[in-house]
Amino acid sequence: MAEASLQKKKTGFKIRLEPRLEEPPGWFPLFVSLLAIVIALILGGVVISAVGGDPIRSYQHIARASFGDSGVLSDTIVKATPILLTALACSVAFRMKLWNIGAEGQFIMGAWGASAVVLAPILAEETPRWFFLFVMALAGMLMGAFWGFIPGYLKAKFNVNEIISSLMLNYIAVAWVNFWIFGVWSEGGFQMSPKFPENAWLPRLLEYASAYPAFRGLTTHAGLLLGIAAALIIWLIVYRSRWGYEIRLIGDNPQAANYAGINIAANVIAVMMLSGALAGLGGMSEVSGVVHRLQTSPLAAGYGFTGIIVAWLAKLNPLAIIVVSVFFGALILAGREIQPSGIPKMIQGIILVSLIASDFLLRYRIRITRGEE
Amino acid sequence: MTQTTLSTPDTPLAVEMRGIVKKFPGVLANDHVDFELKRGEIHALLGENGAGKSTLMNVLAGLYRQEAGTIRVKGSPVEFHSPRDAIKTGIGMVHQHFMLVPSQTVTENVLLGLDDPRFFMRLPQYDEKVASVGERFGLKVDPRAKIWQLSVGEQQRVELLKMLYRGADVLIMDEPTAVLAPQEIEGLFDILRSMVAQGKSVIFISHKLQEVTAIADRVSVLRRGVSTASGVPSRGVARQELARLMVGREVIFILDKKPAVPGDVVLDVGSIHADNDKGLPALRGLSLNVRSGEIVGVAGVAGNGQTELSQVITGLRRCKKGEVRLGGDLVSNRNALFGIEHGMAYVPEDRNHVGSAPNLSVTDNVIMKNYRKPPVSSRTGLLDMNAAAKIATDLKQAYDIIAPNVSTPVRLLSGGNLQKVILAREISGLPSFMVAVQPTRGLDVGAIEGVHRLLLTQREAGAAVLLISEELEELLSLSDRIYVIYEGMIMGEVRVGGGESDEALIEAIGLMMTGTPIEQIRKEGVGAHG
Repeated sequence: MAEASLQKKKTGFKIRLEPRLEEPPGWFPLFVSLLAIVIALILGGVVISAVGGDPIRSYQHIARASFGDSGVLSDTIVKATPILLTALACSVAFRMKLWNIGAEGQFIMGAWGASAVVLAPILAEETPRWFFLFVMALAGMLMGAFWGFIPGYLKAKFNVNEIISSLMLNYIAVAWVNFWIFGVWSEGGFQMSPKFPENAWLPRLLEYASAYPAFRGLTTHAGLLLGIAAALIIWLIVYRSRWGYEIRLIGDNPQAANYAGINIAANVIAVMMLSGALAGLGGMSEVSGVVHRLQTSPLAAGYGFTGIIVAWLAKLNPLAIIVVSVFFGALILAGREIQPSGIPKMIQGIILVSLIASDFLLRYRIRITRGEE
Repeated sequence: MTQTTLSTPDTPLAVEMRGIVKKFPGVLANDHVDFELKRGEIHALLGENGAGKSTLMNVLAGLYRQEAGTIRVKGSPVEFHSPRDAIKTGIGMVHQHFMLVPSQTVTENVLLGLDDPRFFMRLPQYDEKVASVGERFGLKVDPRAKIWQLSVGEQQRVELLKMLYRGADVLIMDEPTAVLAPQEIEGLFDILRSMVAQGKSVIFISHKLQEVTAIADRVSVLRRGVSTASGVPSRGVARQELARLMVGREVIFILDKKPAVPGDVVLDVGSIHADNDKGLPALRGLSLNVRSGEIVGVAGVAGNGQTELSQVITGLRRCKKGEVRLGGDLVSNRNALFGIEHGMAYVPEDRNHVGSAPNLSVTDNVIMKNYRKPPVSSRTGLLDMNAAAKIATDLKQAYDIIAPNVSTPVRLLSGGNLQKVILAREISGLPSFMVAVQPTRGLDVGAIEGVHRLLLTQREAGAAVLLISEELEELLSLSDRIYVIYEGMIMGEVRVGGGESDEALIEAIGLMMTGTPIEQIRKEGVGAHG
């Protein structure tokens, strides 16, 4: 019987999967990711044409709606900024295999902390703008760090699962902000705070329109710079610092880290706080650069969760996160521009599935052979 | 060549591998290797670590795929795409690391992955089947026992049972004795003999010469991916000759050891008590000391507190009573960092899970102990990765670490090379004290010799070395003194090279290892003949 099956295989080609025993070359992961995106777009195109659409035109429209002119490009970047910071937040925690699912809550608490500087008020309205923004950023990061500290401390001290605790804290963050905007800081009974004074706004490109007319109407704000700076700093920390080395060592093998004399509990807390601070900075950037008031719905828009996806897709590389965030910002924007909005969402989903599936190719290789060798 | 299969019908070849080629990045693991296994024989496959023994057998077991070459089983050509294919033709492999589900019973583990039973697990019925297979081959295991309740030796029997239940005729055992206690090894050999008597064939991967001559009918030797001996009858072949085939040069079994010049006490362990991971007492009032310029051995059967002792000394485990002093400083119940900063080096028992970070590079692994200090670390807290890479490159050269380059993740290195990375790291810190636990476990003869030389170099450089090992020969050839540990206590201490013959020392150590205190041995006059 074995003979028979062998004979049947004599014709044609066979495709086989084998585990990779060696590291693929450096360019390979990037190539696979790009390939996955191309395949996802083709799959999406099939669906679009199945419902009677023209895939080429749809994609052109999506591209135009996200990157078509400086106006929409600016909007894309505005959408990408909070994702960039939350993704960075997730990436540092994930690097140490700390599953911080609480970037959303840390983001919201960061926004609350920054808002408190304006609304409490901690600083007077006529405070110099740079100082105002500095204190707001600091307050945002502190509140985010505090929100990260809680699951971090519970994990380090009592080995409480950080996934559950950080996730639950997200809901508390929303309820906490609601409490303040429904009551204490409500603007005339509406569920939002009064608008911030302009001194508390992150600078936007349109402010410089008189000097550079091309900037007219562009809402890209300085939060982008905060995000890029944060990405560079995180890159430096993770790959070039003592602390980052400890994070990578703990992430790969906690027992070895313990053996090397590294205090794991302290690092769990510190990394959760760093992660929270980054998400908190994202919250500050959003509230001060876009919303300009404390309000739940535009803040609790799931940036913290999108950050998880972006961090994974970028393979936790801080610099790759910048690129992936812009890409996701574009998809979100396209969702707003295109009707029905389901299409970009679907493409987003297909891309995600393809990218996750493509990971397989990094671990296995495909071998195609003739039926008979 | 294939003619032999047809021309010798009386002793048909169970397995015939011809011209097997298997490449790994930077290494030709198997270079046109031929291998023949007769029916009903125990065939030892001997070779250094990284010689390609496991690779060759993984090809035979369907885990790897050869780049070239053919495999014939019972005369007909086969092509394996998975271990499942291999087991279908009757080839089963028992790996060094067991693949069992700890929370399930023996029977459940044996049935795992089989089509029968299809849906309902009528376990009692299968318990009987499993037990009867076990009885046939003298594999005594309770089919209803859960895996976690079993000793390592019993777990190995379950792995064998799994293969026999699946109808394996050819059993590949990958270094089966590495995990076993001496009594268990005898038991395993009995099982193997009974299997062979019933027509099974066994391939026995090993690098221990004594075992090979004890159990195998024929021996094949691999060296650096090339077969240097194929199917030599193991009776009548000298151990020195096999060793030469394995490493390509005469292995010096007796190390030239300069006389000890012990100095001050460096490590002082004072009646320590500590629990093991399960909360049971593992160390019960253990005391010992190590002076500079000497190697002190700790002998004992595995599981008598050796691991816990090394962990208490290095600060990885708390002790409940007693203290450990290093050069006068209290080190116990502090933390690992304190020891590291006070010149303590530690070669842990488990190089994969404790001593290294598998996915990090060689560079990242060698700076594990010195990344806090210049030149790797700058005052700003940043790391100078160029300096780190230079250190790694130098160590790679100096310790002859075989790896494509220093940015290779260490999980891709062979056991011997990984151990070299760890030793290079620990020794390059110029320690005043080193504790090495089973530093040569799982290594080949050549690598063992290298490790031994490095330990002796440490001794000559004036370091104090505590060598915890289960290999008596290793302890006797390296140590100046040997403590014997039994159930968390020191049974006694013997001096090596103090006039007593090795036989007398071994006898005394053996008695202490089984729980006889040295005072009693002295009093009764056993062991130390005059």
